[in-house]
Amino acid sequence: MSSHAGKVGNAAAALVDILQSTVVRFGLGAFLVGVWQYSSMQAGSIFFPPPSEIAIRAIELWLSGPPSRLFLGEGVFDDILPSLSRLLAGWSLAVVFGITLGTLIGRSRGFSELLDPSLQFLRAIPGPALVPVFILLLGTESVMRIVLIAFGSLWPVLLNTIEGTRTVEPLQLDTASAFRLPRRARLWRIVLPAAMPKIFAGMRVSLSLAVILMVVSELVASTNGIGYRILNSQIMFLLTDMWCGIVLLAVIGYTLNALFVKVEDYVLNWHRGARGRPST
Amino acid sequence: MLVVKNVQFAYSPGQTVIADIGFDVTAGEIVSIVGPSGCGKTTLLKILAGLLKPSEGIVEFQSQPVRGVPAGLAMVFQEYSRSLLPWATVNDNIELPLRYKEVDRPSRARLVSDSLDAVGLSGFGDYYPWQLSGGMQQRVAIARALAYQPQLLLMDEPFASVDAQTRADLEDLVAAVHARFGITIVFITHDIDEAVYLSDRVVVLSKSPTTVLDRITTDLPRPRDQIATKALPQFVAKRSEIARLIRRPTSDMAP
Repeated sequence: MSSHAGKVGNAAAALVDILQSTVVRFGLGAFLVGVWQYSSMQAGSIFFPPPSEIAIRAIELWLSGPPSRLFLGEGVFDDILPSLSRLLAGWSLAVVFGITLGTLIGRSRGFSELLDPSLQFLRAIPGPALVPVFILLLGTESVMRIVLIAFGSLWPVLLNTIEGTRTVEPLQLDTASAFRLPRRARLWRIVLPAAMPKIFAGMRVSLSLAVILMVVSELVASTNGIGYRILNSQIMFLLTDMWCGIVLLAVIGYTLNALFVKVEDYVLNWHRGARGRPST
Repeated sequence: MLVVKNVQFAYSPGQTVIADIGFDVTAGEIVSIVGPSGCGKTTLLKILAGLLKPSEGIVEFQSQPVRGVPAGLAMVFQEYSRSLLPWATVNDNIELPLRYKEVDRPSRARLVSDSLDAVGLSGFGDYYPWQLSGGMQQRVAIARALAYQPQLLLMDEPFASVDAQTRADLEDLVAAVHARFGITIVFITHDIDEAVYLSDRVVVLSKSPTTVLDRITTDLPRPRDQIATKALPQFVAKRSEIARLIRRPTSDMAP
């Protein structure tokens, strides 16, 4: 009987725990939105519409399309999808180039000495400064924006891959040699998995950089995209629309990061497990 | 099977680690190499395995000079936790070397499960190494070496990082797989008891710059037993003989 009571007690305690953590995690956010709502209504400034108005406008803009389009509004197809596809294209390029080049540099002293100074110099150039150059070279189409995103978000992946592939546990490499693993197996089975935790950390930083660069790329000579929409709304004095775009960027950044963390948790499950225990 | 002739090793000129080591190992033997810490035992083992090139001298494995790691050789390292791959399961760790040895898939699966069986870990194939205790991880490393079906197994202080009871169990495991598979084993240790208990012969090394002080045949009956063998007068005598060799001040035996 006492064990039954104990179980009920445990379940209740677990429920309280969940409620508590929910309050802790989202309580502050809800409170801040409340303050925002209250103070913007009090102020009545046209520059600061209350969040309720922003939310309603966002639904009008993006979620009131026909059922045949899953209720997605024009804005989704005109602005959000082009932005997201350029973001993902640019970031994917950065990841592929970063890992490939980083592995070459990390595993080869020759490549490292050859490329390192130039890369350190290129890295010092702020991506947005290259927008005029990229416009000259690549025009004002999507390609220019994708290249800008790729260039600007390359560095964290590249540097972390260099670091990760350079610091593989020597005993793991000795083991590979002792069992006569061929070169490609050393790369795919030892070096890259060993570097994966650092590579993922770099990819995550790159992803948030890519969001920033996506917006920057759309503020110049563009005809669509979320950044373009924000700038255009401001010019046309559609301030609620402008705020909708800004909130949308926050939502996109948050969602992408959350998705990335899910993937990372899955792929690097071993890493957390292995680090949970002392190494001997 | 393994012949070591006048091997010298220096990391840089003047910094001689190994002055002159020579011995040979016959097929089917267990030969232990003992010496004080810092005498270059691990360096020697890497030279035997072809992972390091000696500065002078030659190592022959199955009558061929060793240049690079030869086929038919497997290693067990002291630091099992760093030699096993943490991102791969026990099964995958054991199977990995076999994939590149042109062993077909069904044979690989059989070798993996047989070798896990031999080290008493059947049923642990889907675990990750870091989910196992130190002793179990070292068993996995031994299973990986066994599955590779080597002619020669090199073990570098394999039991230096486990507790005493586990150590005794693992010593008996090595004796058992030796009896069952007839693998030749070169076993590096700084523990004299362990060397005498396991081996047919013991190569005793000096302090660095390292030379061979003596090669001692143990002449102990097999199968060996942790309690009975260690109580034999012959065991005690050999152990004392080696201990005296190692403890003797270097100046006495300098040439």
